[in-house]
Amino acid sequence: MKFLCIDCDEQMSFETREQPGDGTFAAAFACPKCGRKIAMLANPIETQLVSSLGVRIGGRTLDEQPMELIRGTVAGKADAFVEEASGPTRVRPQWSADAAERLAKVPSFVRGMVKKIYTEYAADHAIAVVTPEVMDRARTDLGLEGM
Amino acid sequence: MSFRTYSEVTGGDTSGLLEQVGRQRARVSERLRDVKRVVAVISGKGGVGKSWVAGALARELARRGLAIGVVDADLQSPTIARMLEAKGPLVVGDDSVLPAQGTAGVRVMSMDLLLEDETPLRWTRDPGESHAWRSVAENGALREFLSDVQWGALDVLFVDMPPDAQRLADLATLVPNVAGAITITIPSLESRRSVARAMRVARDLRIELLGIVENMSGYACDTCSNVRPLFAGDAGLSLSSEFGVPLLATIPFSPNPSDAVETRVRDLASEVARTLAVTPSIHADATQSVASASINP
Repeated sequence: MKFLCIDCDEQMSFETREQPGDGTFAAAFACPKCGRKIAMLANPIETQLVSSLGVRIGGRTLDEQPMELIRGTVAGKADAFVEEASGPTRVRPQWSADAAERLAKVPSFVRGMVKKIYTEYAADHAIAVVTPEVMDRARTDLGLEGM
Repeated sequence: MSFRTYSEVTGGDTSGLLEQVGRQRARVSERLRDVKRVVAVISGKGGVGKSWVAGALARELARRGLAIGVVDADLQSPTIARMLEAKGPLVVGDDSVLPAQGTAGVRVMSMDLLLEDETPLRWTRDPGESHAWRSVAENGALREFLSDVQWGALDVLFVDMPPDAQRLADLATLVPNVAGAITITIPSLESRRSVARAMRVARDLRIELLGIVENMSGYACDTCSNVRPLFAGDAGLSLSSEFGVPLLATIPFSPNPSDAVETRVRDLASEVARTLAVTPSIHADATQSVASASINP
């Protein structure tokens, strides 16, 4: 997918993406020459189609997690997956009560993967406690809209 | 106003989609690097016992010391995990999921391990119009079964295909070097017609037809050990003749454990091993032990 600024005949650059709600997917592109910005809005079915491909518009900032698509989209049993015990190499950040409460709202089928992503983000950034603010920051940094 | 084509705009794809799809394919190749043969088990028709044959064949080859894996590509009606007595939960590591271990150490991945009993495959986000994306999502699930499972070194990875021939095209795209397809039929004319279509799809995809198995080829009597007719027809033989591929085995039906059935399964395993030119890997036992220890901590 490429976006062209018609006035400048210049390929636009990817800027940001968001899922503002109701299944809409939004991605912003900007012309590097004149600075004009456009937003691409995908309807929920188009959003689902892209999501079903297991890709992220604008590219990934985080490596694909094992069975990410299945664990994120299949309505399966809660105990289908267990996380392998992690190695002793890094201190594991703690979870604040309100962050844990927010995590509890994530469907159980995918909760382990989501927890791992946020925990590793915190560990990578030397953050001792995962809070809702840290989760918001991670979502933006890692492109985890919808998690 | 005139537009240039996609390729005429020479800058990179800033959406990153193409690059990600390329990485997904590379991930499949990388994961299957130590798998000697990927073999599709196809039928083109439901109810012919395809999964039963695939499971029995996998189990028999594994008993001979071969390292065997089975991917259940029938996402809507997965059965192979139960046939091979493979159970979850699945252990998730840093970059992969360990396969469940079934009878004789067969490594198994199936949607059956993930779904609640007797519930259909459903998606957490369903905005409607599922005909537009469901097939893409199912293809993605099959891709992850191949790329995200720690298959390790295998002599043969069987892919138990659903009756729908489209999934075979998905497999051929994901795994360009499929070693071939084993076709399962029952003797009836109806089966023959459906299975012939699936075999033509395989040919169109340039997947080699390795052979045919005629399942439910008669009824193995419990008491007198004779095999009596069950279905009218000779689909196995006639498909073998039409497509010029060997009839690997005819397996009778028996509701109970039967020597007649087990003998034919063993013969089938010998034929398949010979056709694929696979012999027990010296690493098979060690690899299976590691997998077993990891899956059953």
